[in-house]
Amino acid sequence: MSVRQETLARTSERPEAEQRQIDKALARKMRKRGDESKFWWLIPTLYIIFLMLPIYWLINMSFKTNQEILGAFSLWPKSPTLHNYAVIFTDPSWYKGYINSIIYVVMNTVISVLVALPAAYAFSRYRFLGDKHLFFWLLTNRMAPPAVFALPFFQLYSAFGLIDTHIAVALAHCLFNVPLAVWILEGFMSGVPKEIDETAYIDGYSFPRFFVKIFVPLIASGIGVAAFFCFMFSWVELLIARTLTTTAAKPIAAIMTRTVSASGLDWGVLAAAGVLTIIPGAIVIYFVRNYIAKGFALGRV
Amino acid sequence: MEKTWNNKAWFMVLPVLLLVAFSAVIPLMTVVNYSVQDTFGNNQFFWAGTEWFEEILHSERFHAALGRNLVFSFIILAIEVPLGIVIALNMPRKGWGVPVCLVLMALPLLIPWNVVGTIWQVFGRVDIGLLGYTLAKLGINYNYVQNPMHAWFTVIIMDIWHWTSLVVLLCYAGLVSIPDAFYQAAKIDGASRWAVFRYIQLPKMNRVLLIAVLLRFMDSFMIYTEPFVVTGGGPGNSTTFLSIDLVKVAVGQFDLGPAAAMSIIYFLIILLLSWVFYTIMTNYDAER
Repeated sequence: MSVRQETLARTSERPEAEQRQIDKALARKMRKRGDESKFWWLIPTLYIIFLMLPIYWLINMSFKTNQEILGAFSLWPKSPTLHNYAVIFTDPSWYKGYINSIIYVVMNTVISVLVALPAAYAFSRYRFLGDKHLFFWLLTNRMAPPAVFALPFFQLYSAFGLIDTHIAVALAHCLFNVPLAVWILEGFMSGVPKEIDETAYIDGYSFPRFFVKIFVPLIASGIGVAAFFCFMFSWVELLIARTLTTTAAKPIAAIMTRTVSASGLDWGVLAAAGVLTIIPGAIVIYFVRNYIAKGFALGRV
Repeated sequence: MEKTWNNKAWFMVLPVLLLVAFSAVIPLMTVVNYSVQDTFGNNQFFWAGTEWFEEILHSERFHAALGRNLVFSFIILAIEVPLGIVIALNMPRKGWGVPVCLVLMALPLLIPWNVVGTIWQVFGRVDIGLLGYTLAKLGINYNYVQNPMHAWFTVIIMDIWHWTSLVVLLCYAGLVSIPDAFYQAAKIDGASRWAVFRYIQLPKMNRVLLIAVLLRFMDSFMIYTEPFVVTGGGPGNSTTFLSIDLVKVAVGQFDLGPAAAMSIIYFLIILLLSWVFYTIMTNYDAER
């Protein structure tokens, strides 16, 4: 910072414009961790390196052959190969896992968001009998351990003959995704002033028309964030998805754990499969970067 | 916001109610049903009263799993929260560094949990993993498959890797909401770096920190997939947390009664924690 300490002091003689300049410089200086630390960037950098190393290692492994992985230890692939990815894209028992995962995740996201939209609107706009209890009850479902539900889910969906179907997993994941979507959407909807609703009604809009034509576009980013988090939490869940499926709807996550325990040999393919599961998150992460905290905190930041 | 009283809003909540009732209430009733009955197979059930609850509450195995889970939760909170605050305080507030930091730091949060397990399972192996290989080269006899301490170390560092970013992002969201004027006033008063943190930044982060602590506590309390993939609950029972133990009893041994009783006790603990979370949230919303 070139501006020296004394010149930053506030005095009344200076003209207003100049003073504002100084205030800005001052604020900028304060935002940049005090006067002395020139190495503030060191901490985030070290942290990011710590985060990236295991991911790099997985990517590194996915481009190696099994002989190279188990043989010579090297920090980067000596003879990069796409063989591991080729295995996944040509073997149905592998790529079907991705298709299964995507099918039930998309079903779940669509159901969750569609059902949550009116409910979130009700919670953000109206008071009604038992609203607070209901809102709390939804939260308990988000916080409920999947382990508690694994066995009863299995029996419930067996009774309906839904085991090993995509819709079973999609419905089961609604347990935590619907509450999540309601809470996130309620957070966003509470940011929209109520006068907008009232003006629309005065202008003669019916409720459905107002909701679709005016309100939904206003909270479009909220819907995007809710959908993203539903997608993500359904995509990362393993326990319930594994319990409810056997072959036809088996998700990629379950296929991966099987490979680990059964053979423990095909490290390259395992790494490639892992890299491919990271990609959906990595693609959209840039678009939701400012909402990640809000999404994880159930729309309460 | 001023809300109007309107009981017709129930119709808008109805779909959610039906869906979540189907996927939460019915299974939960099944659990309650099993928890008070005994069976010898053939779908014949006998009333067992509170027998299973007494058994679970007095079982050393349950105490051990609960204890391990509490120790685990406290260790990761004690590390992740201060670390997250320090990183958030040192993150850039402007320029190209902001999106780069946000995107890279959020990446572990979006990786499927079993892949997180796989990554660390591989990363910690002495023969093919960078961490294990480096530690072995440093002369440490690192083996998370056989040494319980090493297994704990691996599970904890994995959780730090996986979830510290959540604390960072939440704290960062709190920090960027502090207006410049606060810093200017502090500068004029000649406040020290510590005073700025203690009296300006920490109070502003209060609420997000509470959310972060509660979320981290609850999620670590029901952790299953990551340690399951890395250690499978072993060596021995040393990393068998509550969820892993529950699945072992329910799906592995198919002991429905004890598993159900355990589920209910587990669920009640979570319910209590959720209530704390909810109270804090609604109190804040009332202030807003």
